[in-house]
Amino acid sequence: MALTDSGKTGVTGPTRASIEARTLRSDRWWLAPLTTFVVFTAFVIYATIRAFMGRDYYASPYLSPFYSPCLGDCVEGASDFGQPFQAFPLSAALLILIFPLGFRMTCYYYRKAYYRAFWLSPPACAVAEPHSAYSGESRLPLILQNIHRYFWYAAVLVGAVLTFDVFLAFRAMPAEYAVGDGETSGIHMGLGTLLMIINVVFIWLYTLSCHSCRHVVGGRLRHFSKHPVRYKLWTWVSRLNTSHGRWAWYSLFSVAIVDLYIFLLAAGTIQDVRFF
Amino acid sequence: MGYDLKMRVWRGDIDGGDLADYTVEVSEGEVVLDALHRLQATQAGDLAIRWNCKAGKCGSCSAEINGRPRLLCMTRLSDFDESETITVTPMRSFPVIRDLVTDVSYNYEKAKELPGIALGPRDADGKRRMAQIDVERGQEFRKCIECFLCQNTCHVVRDHEDNKPAFAGPRFFLRYAELDMHPLDTHDRRELAQGAAGLGMCNITKCCTEVCPENIQITDNAIIPMKERVADRKYDPLVWLGNKIGLRNKDYEGRTEV
Amino acid sequence: MSDNTGSHPAGAHPTTRHPMTGNEMSAAAAGGMERHTYDVVVVGAGGAGLRAAIAAQDAGARTALVCKSLLGKAHTVMAEGGIAAAMGNRWPEDNWEVHFRDTMRGGKMLNNWRMAQLHAQEAPERVQELEDWGALFDRTEDGLISQRDVGGHKYARLAHVGDRTGLEMIRTLQQRAVHLGIDVFMECTITDLLKDDGVISGAFGYWRESGRFITFEAPSVILATGGIGKSFKVTSNSWEYTGDGHALAMRSGANLINMEFVQFHPTGMVWPPSVKGLLVTESVRGDGGILKNSEGKRFMFDYIPEFFKSETADTEAEADRWYDDKKNNRRPPELLPRDEVARAINSEIKAGRGTPHGGIYLDIASRRSPEFIRKRLPSMYHQFKELADVDITAEPMEIGPTCHYVMGGVEVDADTQESAVTGLYAVGECSGGMHGSNRLGGNSLGDLLVFGKRAGEAATAYATSLGEARPQVDEADVKAAQVSALAPFEVEGGENPYTIQSDLQQSMNDLVGIIRTASELEESLSRIEVLKKRAETMVVEGHRQYNPGWHLALDLRNMLLVSEAIATAALARQESRGGHTRDDFPQADDAVWGRKNLVVSTDDSGQGVVLREQPLPEMPEDLKKYFAPAAAESPAASKEGK
Repeated sequence: MALTDSGKTGVTGPTRASIEARTLRSDRWWLAPLTTFVVFTAFVIYATIRAFMGRDYYASPYLSPFYSPCLGDCVEGASDFGQPFQAFPLSAALLILIFPLGFRMTCYYYRKAYYRAFWLSPPACAVAEPHSAYSGESRLPLILQNIHRYFWYAAVLVGAVLTFDVFLAFRAMPAEYAVGDGETSGIHMGLGTLLMIINVVFIWLYTLSCHSCRHVVGGRLRHFSKHPVRYKLWTWVSRLNTSHGRWAWYSLFSVAIVDLYIFLLAAGTIQDVRFF
Repeated sequence: MGYDLKMRVWRGDIDGGDLADYTVEVSEGEVVLDALHRLQATQAGDLAIRWNCKAGKCGSCSAEINGRPRLLCMTRLSDFDESETITVTPMRSFPVIRDLVTDVSYNYEKAKELPGIALGPRDADGKRRMAQIDVERGQEFRKCIECFLCQNTCHVVRDHEDNKPAFAGPRFFLRYAELDMHPLDTHDRRELAQGAAGLGMCNITKCCTEVCPENIQITDNAIIPMKERVADRKYDPLVWLGNKIGLRNKDYEGRTEV
Repeated sequence: MSDNTGSHPAGAHPTTRHPMTGNEMSAAAAGGMERHTYDVVVVGAGGAGLRAAIAAQDAGARTALVCKSLLGKAHTVMAEGGIAAAMGNRWPEDNWEVHFRDTMRGGKMLNNWRMAQLHAQEAPERVQELEDWGALFDRTEDGLISQRDVGGHKYARLAHVGDRTGLEMIRTLQQRAVHLGIDVFMECTITDLLKDDGVISGAFGYWRESGRFITFEAPSVILATGGIGKSFKVTSNSWEYTGDGHALAMRSGANLINMEFVQFHPTGMVWPPSVKGLLVTESVRGDGGILKNSEGKRFMFDYIPEFFKSETADTEAEADRWYDDKKNNRRPPELLPRDEVARAINSEIKAGRGTPHGGIYLDIASRRSPEFIRKRLPSMYHQFKELADVDITAEPMEIGPTCHYVMGGVEVDADTQESAVTGLYAVGECSGGMHGSNRLGGNSLGDLLVFGKRAGEAATAYATSLGEARPQVDEADVKAAQVSALAPFEVEGGENPYTIQSDLQQSMNDLVGIIRTASELEESLSRIEVLKKRAETMVVEGHRQYNPGWHLALDLRNMLLVSEAIATAALARQESRGGHTRDDFPQADDAVWGRKNLVVSTDDSGQGVVLREQPLPEMPEDLKKYFAPAAAESPAASKEGK
């Protein structure tokens, strides 16, 4: 039944108003999916390279968010939670990156973005999609999108670790990275610290504005009036949730920028900008 | 003040048709429906248009303007450049009847498939009590004017005629969400939403929300919460385990599955 | 169910009925006539029609619901303020007696007292019923249905959902009707009622979609077709409101009463021109909005009539206190009944104190916070933002009177809603009597529910009582109805119906509008005669399938007949009362005109109207006490203004 007798379906099907064009939209509807496609692709390429590199992810006191917590065979000083997977032969990033990656892959916002930009399903509203059959998220593998909430639980833990990393980023720098008078004790703040603060703020905004979070804190209730505290939480999360897509983008950029900065520090290409 | 507007309007019926060119005089403050009415009164007396309130409240005059699903009565001419040609076609997801009028029976069929509300008995004084904050979510969904623009723009049926039997569409996911969030309803429709209504077919690409003339946050406030509720019911092993060992979610106490 | 009603959901059994409209034949089929047999046929699917159909179906009748538009699009969706019902959720002092008194006083005592009484008594339960069926009303702090103020009601009494109560009501009733499996015939217009020996035997109409004809055989027909507003140029009504029910009833021998009373809602949009007339809810004033002229003066204090002096604030300070303390203050004059406010606005505009677009200012922006306005009046905020580019939280609205409602309608029995023709019932706006000379805000939605239910039950009882001995449809009548419906296609070289309609609207607006005089009314009647002649030769292009020109041509006959009824009655009533204001007779004349109704019916030719006077039904003594001068403040012993 998917294909009609005339061989056409969807908007060019036999019962529909006969219009050949797949869309009559005259605006630049392709701009948004194209932008998404370019940026996401660039991020995926960059993140894959960085994850498999297995080096230049720690520039004391900064640890790249791609590698945090560093649980594999990590460089000295990078592992704040031990190295239970020391025997893991590949990059330590691969152990941990699965969680934020899974969180974003199953995220309701990212789903919209990549279904549109990568699957073209649909490329934009009222623009016909190229596929002849469609079953959405009703069967494997896409039915697995329903486990989003578990990735959210993990993302909260990851967020906590990244927050801890920010505190560690105030530590004094070791001598080899130190600039100026070679100070090696007390607390410090550099551009890296600032970037990590910004990053963790966006990560939290993204994590707490999640639709699953909204459901868990109160959305699932039928009687808000009987749960005033959860209702309050729900209203806060709801407010954040309206900008979930924005936080998704900002945190995507911030996490890449922090990693890049640390990469360049660790590789010795640049030196940290010290504030104090 | 007034100027000559160039329009292309789809004329035809189920056997075929085409965009016809017209020039019609319009004036300041008018909407696309005004231009079409003037066309009807002066040049094309038999131009079929479905419309009623002309105030964005009844949801009759749904069509596509320059390829975008809109209400004819809520699309102001001032949104377009005076030299721009405005193209108006019927909704492209439903069978066409004539000119701008389509057969939207798909939606009325889906409405029939949805089990109605089932409240418990009233309070002793013959009244019911519900807190304002408990009805507000449902009230947002009940703003729906049934223009069916969301149904029209949803690619699940727009691009796949064969999905129509298995997919209720955003308008009715709103209804499922409304009933599931109703503080006094006694039915549990989660299984039905996922099964018969085809909630799982939705890939939340949000076009329904984009076109909603009432600005109902269909995706964020109805579909996704419904997906999460279905996940509670069907896909969450922790909830399943809780049920097994007697830690039941009290939200659904007193509700029977339909 | 009879075999040919096809009432089962699609798929349940093989049926050829179209799944949406109920059309049994494909548009491609040649010729033929669709026939159906029912117990009760309800014409119109607004609030009244839906409620009547639900009641009939509940009472066991095979019921058909026939509507000109899609289901759920009727003008009830435009009702904004709320449903008047003395539930006492805000004010425990409120009860049916107070509501009854308010209704009678609002209608200047010309109401059918029994209808006003039934309405006041039964409205609360009808509202509760909506809630049982899924309506989500706004709540009080205790979780009860919230109630709000509008003009003419002593207490906050309107059950509401923001400012979209009508939408909530129609959706709830629609969902209930679907749930009950009532057969709906959408986009189907009834053009004739069929009779057998003086009693109703059925109805004849056509499918808008295909242009094909359909005959209903049914002993009970309930008219619920709404109003006549489309006969006026500036109106809040949509294209459907062409007085179909009024005209159908007249042609079948029933009477119309109170047709001279047309309500001009004080607040319609005046700008931009494409939405001129579109309603601005009375709740804007109920929630604190005030009226100002171009000089910035809050002018309503200059227009408080003697009749309402004792319960209306005479200083701005008192009026403003009232919103928070209704016990110790009197109502703001902005909340006088609609006729008073509309006339006041009209006078200000005529005196040259209007706004640039010919209205006056309705200001809530300076009196309430943006959050409050957006919460309480979301549709109005949306409407002005989208259509006029006006942010009502920041600037005043420009508004002026707009034709909104006709108090007059088919004369019916108060308890059963049956007209003078056996088997013919009328409910809602197309019935008359309930609202007297002026309707209070919120009383129409209550009216639809209360009398919709009564009519549905009475119509079923009558149909059931007939047993097998049902009136028969005469084939000759069906033939005649077909010929009449196709007449516009037969004419050559005639006029376009759109032009005739537009001339009628202009004429009614100019000559039978908010302020009337004998000479203008006479002029309007002679113009209607000319229009009737022109209509005989109007021509329709194209073919029968979804042809709006043809549909208008058929509706136009109804508009002309009803317009003539209005103008005739307006010319006869030589006084000013409620929705009827005569410049040449500016006072109400209780001694003469306060005691009688005007009744209109068709003349012998069936093309014109005749008028007669009829004494008002006598109110029983136990109800009269509410209006005795000494007891003027009872029954709820007003505490206001003391």
